[in-house]
Amino acid sequence: MQALTNRVQPVDRRPLTLWERMYLPAIFKGMLITFKHIFQKKATVSYPEEKRPFSPVFRGLHILNRDEEGRERCTACGLCAVACPAEAITMEAAERKPGEEHLYREEKYAARYEINMLRCIFCGFCEEACPKDAIYLTETFAPANFQRKGFIYGKDDLLIPDPKAKQTV
Amino acid sequence: MAEEKKLFKVKIDNISVEVEPGTTILNAARQIGGDIVPPAMCYYSKLQGSGGKCRTCLVKVTKGSEADPRPMPKLVASCRTTVMDGMEVANITSPEVQEARKGVVEFLLLNHPLDCPICDQAGECHLQDLGYEHGADGTRYEFKRRTFDQIDIGENIKLHMTRCILCYRCVYTADQLTQRREHGVLGRGEHAEIGTYIQKALDNDFIGNVIDVCPVGALTDRTFRFKNRVWFLKPVDAHRHCDKCCGKTVLWMRGDEIFRVTARKDKYGEVEEFICDTCRFHTKDVKDWTIEGPRKIDRHSVISQGHYVGTVKPKETITDVLEGRQPRLLMDIHSVSEVNRPGIELSKIDGPAHSDDFKKDA
Repeated sequence: MQALTNRVQPVDRRPLTLWERMYLPAIFKGMLITFKHIFQKKATVSYPEEKRPFSPVFRGLHILNRDEEGRERCTACGLCAVACPAEAITMEAAERKPGEEHLYREEKYAARYEINMLRCIFCGFCEEACPKDAIYLTETFAPANFQRKGFIYGKDDLLIPDPKAKQTV
Repeated sequence: MAEEKKLFKVKIDNISVEVEPGTTILNAARQIGGDIVPPAMCYYSKLQGSGGKCRTCLVKVTKGSEADPRPMPKLVASCRTTVMDGMEVANITSPEVQEARKGVVEFLLLNHPLDCPICDQAGECHLQDLGYEHGADGTRYEFKRRTFDQIDIGENIKLHMTRCILCYRCVYTADQLTQRREHGVLGRGEHAEIGTYIQKALDNDFIGNVIDVCPVGALTDRTFRFKNRVWFLKPVDAHRHCDKCCGKTVLWMRGDEIFRVTARKDKYGEVEEFICDTCRFHTKDVKDWTIEGPRKIDRHSVISQGHYVGTVKPKETITDVLEGRQPRLLMDIHSVSEVNRPGIELSKIDGPAHSDDFKKDA
């Protein structure tokens, strides 16, 4: 039969030699490989006592950033949502009212902002797309949960605490 | 037999075209079409007298005419310069024009606030496209950008004077379409601004068209303000019987909600037929419209992002296998999600949504 590729190797069906039939040398050879690994560096770490360092470009859970005065940076421009390949981000915008200037940086803000962590693939495109430096991917994992509804992250979950409010406490 | 009109032979970027005498270079280029059409920010073919202000359509005339083959000494505005017989024009083939256009874009952007993330025009803004195509990466301007106090010009139209590039299109629209023009350009030079002088609401049957003719986000629809981004909406062609206008519009929809109604625009971003304010601002119920079908959007436009057309949805077999029983959902997203709550219909709110609109439901 014509072989489909040139990588075909015929099976070696020659009878075993005496050395091979003795059986024990092969066993010892295998054991030697196993014992050699005892003295080598371990490949595993005992998580969570010990943690591996993250890569500097690790992309974990999202946060929504605030500026120095504690105002929300997000203006609901929708660029993260349109850049998102998994379509995980949704939002609803609102206009800032007089008297809310200390809460929101621009005249438009995200009244609702939601990331579906079940859909998110942590590609970081939202961070790249953001013109206002509002969304960042942190070095935190998305925690495990028994139920799916815990993975719909709203603004309460994403927004970082107000740095000014923390100073007064 | 009527005597045949003599046609002028023009060559634009080495492409010959025969046009009627009195045609401008820009319109001759539009007859050829394609990449060689100079961009225009202020010229509007449907408005008489428009053009000649923004200078983005500058072209180089390398040969004046058959009779006088000398080139024109300076670049000319193609929207205001009429063709001569045997004229030769260079647009994209001339590096001088490209350089000049880059300069013009830099000038237009001097005082333009880069608030595209907030601006409702983003995604369909001509200045955005122009800056993307011809502009420099940064500005060399070191001074404070010119700002204006916000003035209220009525229920339906929102004016952002800081974004205005003074193209005068809205002034011509009000002059030529409505009974009375109530706004105009006040002041001169640096201080020129669009205004109503005494705070007065723009209120005319066809005044909503100033939103469509505005090349930037200076005049935007207040009933649509901050409701949604244009690229999340699905534009569909629709018509209705209207005794004031043609009633042919584009509805910008999300689900069954109509967020915005605009006139139909051609490939140069110009309105095909003007529509009245009743259609534009006050008819936002699907029942009032006859929908013709999805509007064709250039696939390079951000508006066509994420619009899946011509997809084949695979047949769901699980209900057949389970004898009509629906599969049990692991989670219904609408029971968890805070966005798009059925209690808040953003398209039904008159102006932009505010914090209390969202608190109502919570």
